[in-house]
Amino acid sequence: MAEYKGRVLNKGQVSGDVLLLDEPLSFWGGYDPETGVILDKQHPQVGLVMTGKIVVMPGTRGSSGTPGVLGESLRLGTGPLGLILNKGDINVTAAAMIVSTLYNIDCPVIELDVDAFAQLVDNIPLSISLEGQVTQ
Amino acid sequence: MIVHFLTDIGGDFIMVNLSEYDRRLLSGDEGKAKQLAMQVMVRAAEVSGVDRLVDVSMAHVNSCFYSGQVGVDFAEFLLKEGGTVAVPTLTNVGLIDLLHPDLRPEKSNQEAVQGARKLMAIYEKLGCEVVWTCAPYQLKERPRLGDQIVGSESNAVSFYNSVLGARTNKYGDFLDICAAVTGRAPYAGLHRDECRRGEVLFRVEGVPAKLREEDIFYHVLGIILGRESGTSIPVIEGLPQSVNEDQLKAVSAAGAASGSVSLFHAIGITPEAASYDDAFQGGEPVRVVDVTAEMLTTARDMLSHANSGALAAVCLGTPHFSLTEFAKLMPLIRGRKVNSKVNFFISTSRFILADVEKQGWLSELEDAGVRMVVDTCTYFTPVVNGVEGRVMTNSGKWAYYAPGMLDVSVVFGSMEECVESAVQGTVWRDERLWDSEFWGGE
Repeated sequence: MAEYKGRVLNKGQVSGDVLLLDEPLSFWGGYDPETGVILDKQHPQVGLVMTGKIVVMPGTRGSSGTPGVLGESLRLGTGPLGLILNKGDINVTAAAMIVSTLYNIDCPVIELDVDAFAQLVDNIPLSISLEGQVTQ
Repeated sequence: MIVHFLTDIGGDFIMVNLSEYDRRLLSGDEGKAKQLAMQVMVRAAEVSGVDRLVDVSMAHVNSCFYSGQVGVDFAEFLLKEGGTVAVPTLTNVGLIDLLHPDLRPEKSNQEAVQGARKLMAIYEKLGCEVVWTCAPYQLKERPRLGDQIVGSESNAVSFYNSVLGARTNKYGDFLDICAAVTGRAPYAGLHRDECRRGEVLFRVEGVPAKLREEDIFYHVLGIILGRESGTSIPVIEGLPQSVNEDQLKAVSAAGAASGSVSLFHAIGITPEAASYDDAFQGGEPVRVVDVTAEMLTTARDMLSHANSGALAAVCLGTPHFSLTEFAKLMPLIRGRKVNSKVNFFISTSRFILADVEKQGWLSELEDAGVRMVVDTCTYFTPVVNGVEGRVMTNSGKWAYYAPGMLDVSVVFGSMEECVESAVQGTVWRDERLWDSEFWGGE
């Protein structure tokens, strides 16, 4: 097991299996908040489900609609348990902060440096602490 | 208090220098809504790696567009906890046309229509000027060169930055209204001089002068900028002095739709590009693209799935039709009749619609069989959604997006072609415009 210290963009404590995305995703238009399924046909992980997973992703793309779609998914309980990014992303962060305040659903958003980020492995368990400690 | 806030979230952030005002909002003395909105702005500054916020003079927000209950819940939270807007705030389009409810009957999707109506009502109560338009730069009051503002809708962000020289990043859901509620935004990206420097030069001097006078050229050029620029800032060299705001709107809309252009410069045209040196801030482009006939026709042909056949609808006004576009349309459509098999829609704002009515044009348009759509966009209108078959548009943005959003086949053409095709009921092409020589080809 290895431990990495990340920057906490939104605070939360979770553990679960990793879903690793190979490319950035636009939640708006590329993701179904009702089902948690990745819809973007151009995306390598199209068809996979985020629900209950810790999603490790290299950021979001494009649309200003992204925070609303991610926020709706977290509200519905179809979204990821937590998110780990390799660079700061204000869209994902804003969605998680709003959902924490409105519904007391704490979806941690952690930024790891690129070297640590590259060590994370798909499909196996990972945990995130309140202080941003990532263990896998 | 501030130290507490920062240690509370952990991590090694850059320290954001906060004003007295920022601190007061963070303390909660002005209510929970202002507190959360300021927390979001400070966190956005931290995530962006900048050490201060900047005052903004106005905002144009997209969070009023219904995309789920979370947006309604957040708006209700703001309203209940004292989160009215701190600066003049204009609303982007909503999901529904409030003036013409028959365009989206409640039974089409009860939850969404009721949610949208509720959301739009709350944004009015938050103190927004409810203009419901994606082209707020067509209103009489607009930001000036150098103004720090907040934009959200992609074409408006590009027009504000490029054509007016105001300064904004593209703010997503929640972030735009949090900026409006605080009147502050992270001093990052396009808010800063050094981030507005042109990077990629697009030369269009080789494009036939006649083509550069046509509106369709600007839609196609926008598509090229979007696809070629990536996250770089494009600079266009060689636009004629005759270029007008409707044409620059087309570049803004198509460039933002097909890529992520939030700012472009046009040398000798746009306010931060009086000269080549101004556009590149004394530097040189990292890449030069000579726009060729082949690039133009490839981009143009991406926008059309057909060049002939029966037509089901015409959609004009993406972004919202301007008064000058109506002025250009009137002589083409006056006294004519849209074919009974064709639905002809024009999207605009209720303010432009009022001007159209004042000119006496509305009744002429209705007599010709044209339907007006306000407050929203034709993509989101089930009446258009129900259309099957070919839809013609003069908008590069509409043509680029519609195939992914509606089950239609798209034909891109000039305004004249749209009108003539609507009257005939089948796609009509102006041979002069589609001749390969006209595009600089053999």
